[in-house]
Amino acid sequence: MALKILVTAKRVEDPESKIRVKPDGSGIVTEGVNYKLNPFDEIAIEEALRLKEKHGGEIVVASIGGDRSMTEIRAALAMGADRGLLVKHEGPMDPAVVSAILAKLVEREKPDLIVLGKQAIDGDQNQTGQYLAELLGLGQATFASKVESLESEAEQKRQPGLLLSADGKKLTVLREVDGGVESLELSLPAVVTTDLRLNKPRFASLPGIMKAKKKEVKEIPAKDLGVDLAPRVLVKKLSEPPRRKGGVKVADVDELWGKLHGEAKVL
Amino acid sequence: MASPAEKMNLPPLPPGGGFLIAPVGSERIRTADDFTDDQRAFLKTAEKFAVERVLANAERIEHKDFPLLRRLLREAGELGLLGLDVPEAYGGLAQDETSSMLVTEAMAKNGSWSVTFGAQAGIGTLPIVYFGSEAQKQRYLPRLVSGELVSAYALSEASSGSDALGARTKAVLSPDGKQWVLNGSKQWITNAGFADLFIVFAKIDGEGFSAFIVEKGAPGFTVGPEEHKMGIRGSSTCALVFEDATIPFENLLGEPGKGHRVAFNILNIGRLKLGVACVAGCRNAIQLAVQYGKDRKAFGQAITAFGLIREKLAHMVALVYAGEAMSYRTTGLIDDRIALSSAKRGSLEHDKDVIAAIEEYNIEASILKVWGSEALSQVADEALQIHGGYGFVEEYAIERVYRDNRVNRIFEGTNEINRMLIPGTMLKRAAKGQFPLLELARSVGQAIARGELPRIGPGPLAREKRMAELNKYLMVHALQTAVDTFGPALSDRQEVLGALADIAIEAYAVDSAVARALQSARAGAVDPVAEACVKLYALESHERAYARAKKAIRATVVDPSACRGHLSTLRELFDEGPADVTALREIIVARTLESV
Ligand SMILES: Cc1cc2nc3c(=O)[nH]c(=O)nc-3n(C[C@H](O)[C@H](O)[C@H](O)COP(=O)(O)OP(=O)(O)OC[C@H]3O[C@@H](n4cnc5c(N)ncnc54)[C@H](O)[C@@H]3O)c2cc1C
Repeated sequence: MALKILVTAKRVEDPESKIRVKPDGSGIVTEGVNYKLNPFDEIAIEEALRLKEKHGGEIVVASIGGDRSMTEIRAALAMGADRGLLVKHEGPMDPAVVSAILAKLVEREKPDLIVLGKQAIDGDQNQTGQYLAELLGLGQATFASKVESLESEAEQKRQPGLLLSADGKKLTVLREVDGGVESLELSLPAVVTTDLRLNKPRFASLPGIMKAKKKEVKEIPAKDLGVDLAPRVLVKKLSEPPRRKGGVKVADVDELWGKLHGEAKVL
Repeated sequence: MASPAEKMNLPPLPPGGGFLIAPVGSERIRTADDFTDDQRAFLKTAEKFAVERVLANAERIEHKDFPLLRRLLREAGELGLLGLDVPEAYGGLAQDETSSMLVTEAMAKNGSWSVTFGAQAGIGTLPIVYFGSEAQKQRYLPRLVSGELVSAYALSEASSGSDALGARTKAVLSPDGKQWVLNGSKQWITNAGFADLFIVFAKIDGEGFSAFIVEKGAPGFTVGPEEHKMGIRGSSTCALVFEDATIPFENLLGEPGKGHRVAFNILNIGRLKLGVACVAGCRNAIQLAVQYGKDRKAFGQAITAFGLIREKLAHMVALVYAGEAMSYRTTGLIDDRIALSSAKRGSLEHDKDVIAAIEEYNIEASILKVWGSEALSQVADEALQIHGGYGFVEEYAIERVYRDNRVNRIFEGTNEINRMLIPGTMLKRAAKGQFPLLELARSVGQAIARGELPRIGPGPLAREKRMAELNKYLMVHALQTAVDTFGPALSDRQEVLGALADIAIEAYAVDSAVARALQSARAGAVDPVAEACVKLYALESHERAYARAKKAIRATVVDPSACRGHLSTLRELFDEGPADVTALREIIVARTLESV
């Protein structure tokens, strides 16, 4: 049962680089900031690759952004995805806009499965997958995970954590919930968002990087998709978390009480 | 007939040692700004592998977990990291030298791994790539590239290390002509403990120095016990013993009696890679120092607030700026020269052009080897010093960096041997008319006689440009004086040659650093940190070059009054500043502390 899978590859700030807020709070200072493929999307792509390796099929990777997002599409292609879609759109977006664009891509591509990271590590919104399922009227399983540890043999052998039924029509997804693991069964097509412990993404191999250059990437201007590109949520202001003040040593419990009660007023 | 360069409308490439001839900044040099998207992506994968697979296992590696090392080689193979220099027909990626260097740099995050990797992908594989027969390439290369086979390069012997051609291991053809019978031993062979394949140098009938491929398990061939080393403890280093060891006739590698070509050409590449890896090692050590220094409090403040610590950091960062400039310039020159080859990639003719291109820049390779390993010695030492007592215990990574680096000044040609090669090669080429030393000496001599010395011109880094030029004047003047005084006997004057090598090294470093900074200028302005790095480095370097020139002259001209004359000439070739080094230091340190 070959599967056609649509995955996402968002370009996000690399948290290893120094992130600073602009003095006027309108955004972050982009100078000197490195970018990378959203790690949760990387997990989604890895899962798609494993499903393809087991069942056959095609993986289409989509990104929305400027020309630079091509780097992230190429990164996904270098991991092994088959072709790319770059929806060209500069300017602010919110999950409503992103999911509306993705819904249009799903209408065009008609994948059996859509796998996205549960969130992007820049805005940490965790909404796009949910919106998308709702827009498309499809079943959704968020925070896909698995029971086996990332050091297990199944993981070493790169077995998929998402389980396809024998007839290829249903997908079983495990998700971590408070106090246990929930098992969901979805009819395909469906939307799945990936959590951290689903898999360990492979590295893009050097031959993969070279092959990626030759794979097809279609550029689609966002305005051609006929969706409302105006975000419903506007970011008004960013500010840095207050700097941590240095701690103090207290001599005894009385002094501690005095500080907690009198100064910090937490007790 | 037009040369390929003219046909392609490229400017002709400078020859090896050309940095002494062309005015600073007059030719475009390759820098990190020129990396292609592929190269950046290769580097990302290589760094990720180094961090998540190698550094994450550093403790196990340190304790000689050889099965793990083999597995990591295998994983590196799956990612393509072992095949950059290998033609596609044998499973490789056929990439350029710059790409190969970038991967080498990424691997330098751990010393033991870096050496293991280099013995495999570099000196263990390249002899077959460049000198192997078609059958040998097919038999071995695909499995070396995948990491299925591990290889080692066995040149040194107990009684001949630097004097590699003095090897005593002997190969004799068996009476039926089907086998070689090897007798002798090899010493200090990296990867030996778990290698499947050994490139072994031996003399046919005790005379014709030649290379052979020996497989593990060959009758009469045994591997000795592991050495107990000061550093790179996780790598394998053993002796090899051949007692009437027999290998098939077809395992002769390259032509009989031409083993020196294999040995020296592979060493040229090895030196370059080692130098580049050391520059990357400096970056890693700086990162450790900054991370530690920012957290460590003394007298109520972070130790990075202290002037002497800041001075160390600025010095280290400036070194790296110059080291990177030399690294990418050199690999770029080699790549540009290889690109001129009209032969098909992977063909024998192309291989010859590759070897020739690398050989052309072996002065630069030796410079990088010496400069890189000594820069890392300083940087590792100061980074350890910044750790105080914590730097002296194994728990902190810098302790290992310090130990691991020591061998870099010893292998791939000791720094003494490489120092001799720098002026030695220049003189040899000059004698063959391949390097215009005489013309250069004449024009420098005239300029000195007429007092037409490099002046401070307009634009950024004006004084540093002058210092870069003066370094070359110091070099040429001292070299020519030595040639005039000693003639051919100069080759026995090692203290003079060593001092000359040091000046040449400084000349290349400053020339490259200034060129890099000028080239990166946007709208006429050089990035302030780059500018500060160049200013700081040029000042230190020019002072060293001046000191070495004085040393060379004193060792050359013994007549006191003649010597005084030369020394006063040198004084004219020295620009002593001024420079507000504290301000420069602050510019560098501010950014360094912020970016780590
Ligand atoms: C950890 C490790 C791994 C190694 N791996 C390999 C490997 O994989 N394959 C391999 O073939 N070899 C390997 N070597 C050997 C290494 O290349 C040699 O140790 C090196 O070439 C120096 O040779 P030597 O030890 O015999 O020193 P010597 O040649 O005896 O030198 C001793 C000292 O004398 C100086 N000296 C020697 N000759 C001259 C001269 N003409 N002028 C001025 N000074 C001179 C040297 O610079 C040095 O300071 C390895 C060594 C080590 C320590």
